[in-house]
Amino acid sequence: MLEKFPLTQYVSEDGKLLDDTAKEMMNPDTLKHFYEKMLRARMMDKKCTNLQRQGRIGTYVQYEGQEAAQVGSALAIEEGDWMFPTYRDHAATMTFGHSLRSLLLYWVGRIEGGIPPEGKNIFPPAVPIASQLLHATGVAWAEKKKNSDRVSLVYFGDGATSEGDFHEGLNFASVFKAPVVFFNQNNGYAISVPMEKQMNSKTIAQKGLSYDIPGIRIDGNDIVAVYMETKKAVERARNGGGPTLIEAVTWRYGAHTTADDPSKYRDQSESELRRGTTDPLLRLEKYMKNEQFWSEEWFQAIEQQISNEINTALAEMQDFPEADIDNVFDNVFEKPTWTLEEQREHHNSIKRGQKS
Amino acid sequence: MTTAVQIKQLTMVQALTDAMRTMLVQDEAVLVLGEDVGTNGGVFRATDGLFEQFGEERIIDTPLAESGIVGTSIGLAVNGFRPIVEIQFLGFIYPAFNQLMTHATRMRQRSMGRYTVPMVIRAPYGAGVKAPEIHSDSVEGLFTQIPGLKVVIPSNAYDAKGLLIASIEDPDPVLFLEPMRSYRSSRMEVPEEKYTIELGKAAYVKKGEDVSIFTWGAMVPDTMKAVEDFEKNHDATCDVIDLRTLYPLDKEMIQKSVEKTGRVVIIHEAPATGGVNAEIISLINDAAFFFLKAPIQKVTGFDTPVPVYSLEKEYLPSKEKMINAINTALSY
Ligand SMILES: Cc1ncc(C[n+]2csc(CCOP(=O)(O)OP(=O)(O)O)c2C)c(N)n1
Repeated sequence: MLEKFPLTQYVSEDGKLLDDTAKEMMNPDTLKHFYEKMLRARMMDKKCTNLQRQGRIGTYVQYEGQEAAQVGSALAIEEGDWMFPTYRDHAATMTFGHSLRSLLLYWVGRIEGGIPPEGKNIFPPAVPIASQLLHATGVAWAEKKKNSDRVSLVYFGDGATSEGDFHEGLNFASVFKAPVVFFNQNNGYAISVPMEKQMNSKTIAQKGLSYDIPGIRIDGNDIVAVYMETKKAVERARNGGGPTLIEAVTWRYGAHTTADDPSKYRDQSESELRRGTTDPLLRLEKYMKNEQFWSEEWFQAIEQQISNEINTALAEMQDFPEADIDNVFDNVFEKPTWTLEEQREHHNSIKRGQKS
Repeated sequence: MTTAVQIKQLTMVQALTDAMRTMLVQDEAVLVLGEDVGTNGGVFRATDGLFEQFGEERIIDTPLAESGIVGTSIGLAVNGFRPIVEIQFLGFIYPAFNQLMTHATRMRQRSMGRYTVPMVIRAPYGAGVKAPEIHSDSVEGLFTQIPGLKVVIPSNAYDAKGLLIASIEDPDPVLFLEPMRSYRSSRMEVPEEKYTIELGKAAYVKKGEDVSIFTWGAMVPDTMKAVEDFEKNHDATCDVIDLRTLYPLDKEMIQKSVEKTGRVVIIHEAPATGGVNAEIISLINDAAFFFLKAPIQKVTGFDTPVPVYSLEKEYLPSKEKMINAINTALSY
């Protein structure tokens, strides 16, 4: 199966262009934009990890190493399209429109953190594995029924492909020709379980075969490959061609979450090695340097600008009004039931020090 | 010759590991299955060290699929094994609900006893550990409604070991819920030898005369804190009972306590409506109605999803609410 689903690369690890079809889009402006979005994602991830270590936010889910997969795919959809993230896909959501403040609020345990900006179709992160594939398919199906050309882009991990919902999502999308792009980030592990114990299949892309959905396998650390191939899948979906399954092969450097200790189940030296070889930012940097699109002043300027943006978001998070219990009661139904109203009243009366 | 019983100070999670180890040693048919239970030793380390001791044929890292894990465990159980299934968090059991509802709990009746499902499903649950959404669900009431399923919840290390061993030895499916907040919150003396605590039996946490308090899981230590405060300042005492098994309930113990005190407070962190509290009230209505001196009080979570962590503390029954309910019960 590996021969049938070869790994598509556009830029080699040493920064050489391997596929001329991308040449046209690879101008300095576009690539700088790509790089900037990846750097922003990485700096934000590092910041969040540090904030967790300092106890300023709760358990956090890192994605460092997966920036090209998330940013490249997010850049391939347009305003009006739909995005379905998991708990790990902040690089995708912040690229598509989530504010950094929202991300911080999410991890400080605020409901407000899951709400996308007005006009952006981003679902709240799905915590139960694979459940969001069906929502993406349903939303895409609705768009098709409404004769629009909007598409769904849905993220999930390698472990998610074991769940029934993964198979049901692909099958429905295939039967109803829903315009959805199933974007898998194969980062090698589902918590402690490596790919080869998760499945006996050699690739995830091949799982599309049984549903007659085209499956492609790409180098998820090559942002050009991610962008180009996702764009193709998005355009096909937009033009009535139905779903695509993309397997982006990547690697998360760190633990599954800040609550997890990877030394129990994997040799962390591999991560260290990969920082110097397959790193998605490094690869683009090498290409840009080879093409003389890179300048140190530019790099320092964007780094400074991102750092300011993050600090502003952090201040906004800290100044955010305190969480309000009414939000919890108000949003269970459109109109709270008498049970909820009684519980709210009882709760607040006890808080006020009254008996009831 | 008598052998002295070895006693160790264990946390609840260590006591659970100890229970599984005891049964894995005793019975070749016992298997542990779940996500990350092998090399990783479980995300809460409940299966720590078992993989090294018993190997991958018995401590099995499964693919990430709850319906798959429970469904295949039904097959393993019917065909001679005793699977202990770990669902990583109770909030992720929903994909397996179908297997539980439609097969695990009905196989015995459907086959008139030919096929049985001696299986334990373990799952951490409950709020108060600042976990992300869904991880903190306290939905035990969903499961006490499934005919053919026993539901067990320990509140301390000693009970955890005895109840888990009894659950593994039980010939029918048992859902064993582990309060996350209690996993490491205290240590207790736990004998090294094998012992069981009969399912369906509640336990006294403390005895008193004036109000009966029924609770379970992580609410037991919280309730005790409120009761200590209350008793310091009032001339009344509480009978505090840890129900331990939610299906079937310990009718006799509930009845006796209500006959003694005539006043009742039920405390749980699950949502208020349609929960186990309603069943306890119904049981008291049947068994001890004429002994009641006051309406039965309840202190519960809300009919809302457990809020994400900035508000989860407000969701959990507070000491103020508990004391308020005890006072109300006494005010009649
Ligand atoms: C239905 C369900 N079961 C279990 C979990 C607990 N859990 C959270 S993440 C995870 C591993 C997911 O692996 P994968 O799909 O490969 O995604 P990754 O986290 O590696 O991005 C597990 C088991 C969950 N969130 N949902």
